[in-house]
Amino acid sequence: MRDKSIRELQSRFPYVHAFFDDNAISYAGMEHLSLRGVIEAMSESEREEFPYEIETLEHNLETFIEQMQAFLSADEDTVHSITIFPGTDKSGVPEQFDRLDMRPGDVICIVGPTGSGKSRLLADIEWVAQHDTPTKRTVFVNDLVPESKWRFSISDKLVAQLSQNMNFVMDLSVEEFVRMHAESRMIEDIDGAVQSIIASANGLAGEQFSPETPITSLSGGQSRALMIADTAVLSRSPVILIDEIENAGIDRKKALELLLAEDKIVLMATHDPVLALLGDRRIVIRNGGIASVIETTEHERGILKELEVLDARLSELRNRLRDGEILR
Amino acid sequence: MNLVTISGPPSSGKTSVILKTIAAMTGRGIKPAVVKFDCLYTDDDELYRKAGIPVKKGLSGSLCPDHYFVSNIETVVDWGLEQEYDLLVSESAGLCNRCSPYIKGIRAVCVIDNLSGINTPKKIGPMLKSADVIVITKGDIVSQAEREVFASRVQAVNPRAVILHVNGLTGQGCYELSTLLYDDAHHITSLKGMELRFSMPSALCSYCLGETRIGESYQMGNVRKIDLHTGADHER
Repeated sequence: MRDKSIRELQSRFPYVHAFFDDNAISYAGMEHLSLRGVIEAMSESEREEFPYEIETLEHNLETFIEQMQAFLSADEDTVHSITIFPGTDKSGVPEQFDRLDMRPGDVICIVGPTGSGKSRLLADIEWVAQHDTPTKRTVFVNDLVPESKWRFSISDKLVAQLSQNMNFVMDLSVEEFVRMHAESRMIEDIDGAVQSIIASANGLAGEQFSPETPITSLSGGQSRALMIADTAVLSRSPVILIDEIENAGIDRKKALELLLAEDKIVLMATHDPVLALLGDRRIVIRNGGIASVIETTEHERGILKELEVLDARLSELRNRLRDGEILR
Repeated sequence: MNLVTISGPPSSGKTSVILKTIAAMTGRGIKPAVVKFDCLYTDDDELYRKAGIPVKKGLSGSLCPDHYFVSNIETVVDWGLEQEYDLLVSESAGLCNRCSPYIKGIRAVCVIDNLSGINTPKKIGPMLKSADVIVITKGDIVSQAEREVFASRVQAVNPRAVILHVNGLTGQGCYELSTLLYDDAHHITSLKGMELRFSMPSALCSYCLGETRIGESYQMGNVRKIDLHTGADHER
């Protein structure tokens, strides 16, 4: 691979320009040369500022192409279940459950006081713990001991995370931003994805925004809506963690539906009653361990109905205030 | 004793990551110590001391901290061996994005944060590009999308490194990092004969030697001139 010309690499691996861009190697007019050829053609002073051995760079190029090929061919490799087997709590007491199965479409809440071990549970899932974390839990993917790629691959992370204090920090418009993310995910229909993300995000947010809006000037609710829509469509992670987004000013029920339509397993660390009761189950964490797993009861679903009426009333009032109305 | 070199841009979260990672090792019978290399001032040694971790600090003053590091690391390793520590972590701030204090055969970790901007991986030299483990911090304050894009840029410039997301505030990811930092098979007994992974920059000009006056006639030694005609083309 290292002897191939850049033109040949480009025709076989269209994404290879990213490697050259990100390593700040410009090859304009030198497409007929190999990587080594381009570097050897640099002037002395350019070479000097380029502190790598050519062999290292060639090796990196090969690894990069291998990783990208693996990433692109991994479509069939879907996750249909994640199973947690018990470990112990902080005092070494065994957790009281046999196994905990999570499947795409499940909405599971995690409840427990701050510091009780919610993050550790998520970290165990993300690291696909094999009796080798402080909790001694074991995690299986698709009923098997997972491949090590779930631990170390950057493109195949098990868990994507959305939390309350997240912000956009880049200086881009909404469209440019979503497009950049779509490009980094190597998807085929980039325009389609961009449109559908912006449309879904606008469906979740109380106030509309346009593709030209700079992401840094979005309101809290709009940002959250865009993040959720973007994660639902573009993130390959089968598990989405939503961490405390109660006050976000978005349509929470629609947000969940959007994620579930994309076959995600949704975990929510929340004490917001509407969100918590929208879940199928609640994992109760105490002293670092899973103390119990509660199925949402019929009675609770009844309470949820009442809460949804209240919630709708609140957002209606919020919208009317925003529009400058006098409430009567 | 295991030696690990940790470096990264200033304020990327190196100290928090090291503190939390060492805390995650308790109970494994590993005796850790830290050496902090910095430029003008640091009180990070206090933080280590408070956490009960033996620490030494070295300030390079007017010298390049990475040059200072190479000139002192052997002495520091001998100290660590004498004290019979199991793991010696050297922490140093990469100031110019060009240097890296990594040594062939010694585990090298680069700490970089999500807030530093999407083009930063391209701008940082061997410190990032030749590290074995790359720790990305401050993921809790940027969007999932930005995290993914940033990580993919890091991966493009160093595809062979293990890339981990670590939260220096909550310690999320530190346990995982700790499993990569210590290995019974990686003990060293001396740094004699070892080499840096990359040369330090070749700069010795009149300003290195204390010159303060501006002007052609005061410039001596290794001086390079900006090319304003083609300069724009070089900037990418």
